[in-house]
Amino acid sequence: MTTTVHRQAPPAGREPRPARGRSGLFHFIPERVRRAGLPYLLLLPALFFELIVHVIPMVLGVVMSFKELTQVYIRHWWGAPWSGTGNYRVAVRFNAPIGRALLDSFLITCAFTVLAVGLCWLLGTTAAILMQDRFRGRGVLRAVFLTPYALPLYASVIVWAFMFQHDNGLVNHVLHDQLGVTGDRPFWLIGDNSFWSLLVVSVWRNWPFAFLCVMAGLQNIPRELYEASAIDGAGIWQQIRRITLPSLRSVNQVLVLVLFLWTFNDFATPFVLFGRSAPAAGDLISVHIYSASFVTWNFGTGSAMSVLMLLFLSLVTAGYLLTTNRTRKNRA
Amino acid sequence: MSVRARTAIGAVIGATLLAVLPGCGGGTSTGDSGGNSHPKTLTYWASNQGASLEDDKAKLTPELQAFEKQTGITVKLEVVPWSDLLNRILGATSSGQGPDVLNIGNTWSASLQTTGALLPFDDQTFAKIGGKGRFQESALASTGASGKTPTAVPLYSLAYGLYYNKKMFADAGISKPPATWDELVQDGRRLTTGGRYGLAVEGANVSENVHHAFVFAKQHGADFFDASGNPTFTSPGAVEGVKQYVDFIARDKIAAAGNAEYDQNQSIQDFATGKAAMLLWQAAGPNLQKHGMKPDQYGVAPVPVQSGTPGPGQNIDSMVAGINMAVFKNSQNLDGALKFVQFMTSDAEQKKLNGAYGSIPPVKTAAQDPAFSNPELTVLRNTIATSAAPLPQVPKESQFEELVGGAIKDLLADAAAGRPVTTQSVQQRLAKAQQQM
Repeated sequence: MTTTVHRQAPPAGREPRPARGRSGLFHFIPERVRRAGLPYLLLLPALFFELIVHVIPMVLGVVMSFKELTQVYIRHWWGAPWSGTGNYRVAVRFNAPIGRALLDSFLITCAFTVLAVGLCWLLGTTAAILMQDRFRGRGVLRAVFLTPYALPLYASVIVWAFMFQHDNGLVNHVLHDQLGVTGDRPFWLIGDNSFWSLLVVSVWRNWPFAFLCVMAGLQNIPRELYEASAIDGAGIWQQIRRITLPSLRSVNQVLVLVLFLWTFNDFATPFVLFGRSAPAAGDLISVHIYSASFVTWNFGTGSAMSVLMLLFLSLVTAGYLLTTNRTRKNRA
Repeated sequence: MSVRARTAIGAVIGATLLAVLPGCGGGTSTGDSGGNSHPKTLTYWASNQGASLEDDKAKLTPELQAFEKQTGITVKLEVVPWSDLLNRILGATSSGQGPDVLNIGNTWSASLQTTGALLPFDDQTFAKIGGKGRFQESALASTGASGKTPTAVPLYSLAYGLYYNKKMFADAGISKPPATWDELVQDGRRLTTGGRYGLAVEGANVSENVHHAFVFAKQHGADFFDASGNPTFTSPGAVEGVKQYVDFIARDKIAAAGNAEYDQNQSIQDFATGKAAMLLWQAAGPNLQKHGMKPDQYGVAPVPVQSGTPGPGQNIDSMVAGINMAVFKNSQNLDGALKFVQFMTSDAEQKKLNGAYGSIPPVKTAAQDPAFSNPELTVLRNTIATSAAPLPQVPKESQFEELVGGAIKDLLADAAAGRPVTTQSVQQRLAKAQQQM
């Protein structure tokens, strides 16, 4: 951000300055302020919309989290009684049912996110590296790999839901009827297995994005590096470890962060797969908050939980950017 | 300052003003009190009653045109799918920008009543639409908390019935549908052979679970809320009732374990395709026929009771299901809105619309029409008139539905996975739900 601003600031004294004392609408403002102020003035509309679209709803959400907001008050929600930190205390009292359920959901979401992001990255990077060299049919394969990402979310997830059905689903047909891997037909949409079915669907949906990003990153690595290293006797693994991965560093930094935020916040996938009341093992935090607020009409508690989630995500993001940037600087 | 800079500043200020102005204008229509400043138009949110949103539009539009011819009021119709309806209503309530007239699920009546956004139907208001006496008592009981002025009027009524496959019953040598649960379990065991099951349940559907749990608890003399509106989920009767329902999969094994994950009406499909011999459903007729079952292939009987015959008190055998119609208090066409409610609850429209949707008119005189006397609707009509009770009309009804329905979904999942379901485990799960209230 900062670098772009510096770059775009016009170097002083390049343009001929208008003569001092010329009459103008804003002549009473000192020249220096006028020059420095223009960029900020140009930013105003963007700032205005940023306020309306992002900041104000967020602030309202924070305000709501301190109110006892149920259906009784939604007509005049600003008149709802203040509950102080009551909503937060309910949300973090982990030995009571509501706090306990939130904590469980949070832990499930963390485990799910780590696995899903890891697998997405691994699959995406592997596929991108394998398809780095030209071969016949590469374009077709690329297109095929990208389809899950291009399909409408609802349609693709509902197809997965059908495939995971206990009695008639494709998954059980293959695992149980054809291969005989499982003794009984397992349930995938209820009970503990729902974690794994959610993971499969999420990775299936998101890995093409990792593939796409890494593929773009690979285009920027000069071929000569590989040729030179091959002459020096480097094998495939060494090339990947010493050339490919270090060159992908900045791409990966953004990719992992974005994947993390998307996966952690994912609402649509679990909601379509499990409906509004998800089994405990697939109870991701966004759906959990949705049912804690919208479905049970307790918007104050829901807001408090959302604020806690926002804080957590901001902390993780800030920590991540700090550490990755520091290591990058150290290396440079 | 250069000309360019000045133009830029002008553009910035202009754009900012343009953006701000509509923001100021938007606030004017959000009044608290309604009136009659727009007497020529109404906006109506209809719930999805037909096979699709288009189907609803096709059925309602001619009636709305007839209303326009009668009164000169144009009705703008929007059919809202069930998945969106409650969110849309809450949005309309908090913003003050909503329809004039809308349909609500009757179980939401008490919750929405407490928002204060809906027009109360006191006796005077009821008089404007033809009087309270025209409606079925059980349907009126689900228009708001008891003792408070209702904020909705019944529009379509439904009740649960026991649907059974005549041929499967005959093949198993069963001559008549079960009247008690013991008989149902016995019959169910005889019918459960060769990959077919006695009963189909929609185990992952939170609302269906709650509707059944409510009836079972009632039959054990229990309620999920006490007189002052506090949850009593763990009373022995409620636990017994929930366990009896879960036992269809857990102990009796007359329903397939796979039913525990049904939430897209797969149980209707199973019944229609002969995979299950019995189904507890509200007005399943049109749906069954859509799946290729002919009306003479299935019979309809009252939902069983513990002993005796269906009636009031502990022999309740259905919730009062149905759709209510409500008016937003801040409507700018209150008189027109009431005229529209009167029109929709008139005998002629009640017959037409309930006939088209396969439901029962909550208006007594309309329900007498021979169109509602086929075997299926006769059973449902009698149930509504004599042995149906409304779900608890308390402000926390939707929490109750979500938590208890979710608890039963978990218990059924346990049963399906082969884990034991005991009185104790049912009680623990319900206690957890109650603590979350």
